[in-house]
Amino acid sequence: MATLHFLANPARFRRFSARVLPALSVVTALAVAVGLYWALVVAPPDYQQGETVRIMFIHVPAATIAMGGYVLLAVLGASLLVWRHPLAALMARATAPVGATFTAVGLITGSLWGRPMWGTYWVWDARLTSFLLLFFLYLGHIALSHAYDDAERGDKAAAILALVGAINVPIIKFSVDWWNTLHQPASIMKLGGPSIHPTILYPLLWMMATFALLFVALVLMRTDTEIDRRRLEAAEMGA
Amino acid sequence: MTPKRRRLWLLLGSLSVLCVAAALVLYSLNDNLVFFYSPSQVAEKKPGPERRFRLGGLVVEGSLKKNGQEARFKITDLKGELPVVYRGLLPDLFREGQGVIAEGSLGPDGVFVAREVLAKHDEKYMPPEVAKALKESGRWNEGAGTTK
Repeated sequence: MATLHFLANPARFRRFSARVLPALSVVTALAVAVGLYWALVVAPPDYQQGETVRIMFIHVPAATIAMGGYVLLAVLGASLLVWRHPLAALMARATAPVGATFTAVGLITGSLWGRPMWGTYWVWDARLTSFLLLFFLYLGHIALSHAYDDAERGDKAAAILALVGAINVPIIKFSVDWWNTLHQPASIMKLGGPSIHPTILYPLLWMMATFALLFVALVLMRTDTEIDRRRLEAAEMGA
Repeated sequence: MTPKRRRLWLLLGSLSVLCVAAALVLYSLNDNLVFFYSPSQVAEKKPGPERRFRLGGLVVEGSLKKNGQEARFKITDLKGELPVVYRGLLPDLFREGQGVIAEGSLGPDGVFVAREVLAKHDEKYMPPEVAKALKESGRWNEGAGTTK
């Protein structure tokens, strides 16, 4: 919490990101290179799916981080509405499009995997439908935050949507347990440990960490840009 | 109470009301959110011949019979089973002992006439050699955990 308060000041955030971003970008690029080689070349094919299993190394990390991103959006919404943190609104604006993109990647890769494995690109089961809703919640956030002439009102409306929409995140996670679905149940985060062989599990976990780094790097970068944009607008108004 | 605290409580209060509302809605929709019915649920509900629904379960070992384009097999949930007839291409993952979901309706003779068959993938991932070793050592229980 102390770090959140510390970073809540845009000027301080700017100094922090100037120090962190270059190193983070290099680490992320290396992690992507290693991860893609490990997942697409080194990892073995699956006993049932064959080479198609490699889609999972993109699909699962993208979908997981997309859900994590929405939790971040909700936390930012709360800190804007309750504590009026000046940076929260800017960071939320930076986060939503990144989260929407990760969600789209999850939807597209899942669909491409579903066609050969299930026999269909899409079904309206509880998991797929709630995940599609996540995409629309992100788009709604982007639209709402741009819907008012007064940026602050847009930020607040979008923050409320983020908090309400966060209910969907546990629904996505547990949809495969609460209802029977075409989508398979959890393989990693479940009681009794993962049901994935280590030769497939480790590159998957690596890719998840990589996607998390990529997400953080993109959000920091875009928050920087948001701060600059607000300053520019303020300067133009003053002139 | 400071305004910050008031805003925090207001937020927590409205969110918990919202969570309860969402839980109630989902609970009441439970029947409609289910993607497929198991053979024993079908036996219990006895849907009419006109009603389309999805039937899910494991393909019974040794029950698959192909006759040109037509495939006949049985779907089980280990409690009950139902014969299915389907004309068309079966998906890659379709095999005996695997989870499948068929969409269609019950015929007058009690055979489920499928218009679409989807393969359900389980949550297990492993290289082919490991699967082979597991099967050879007898520590393999195929189908367990694929359907509920």
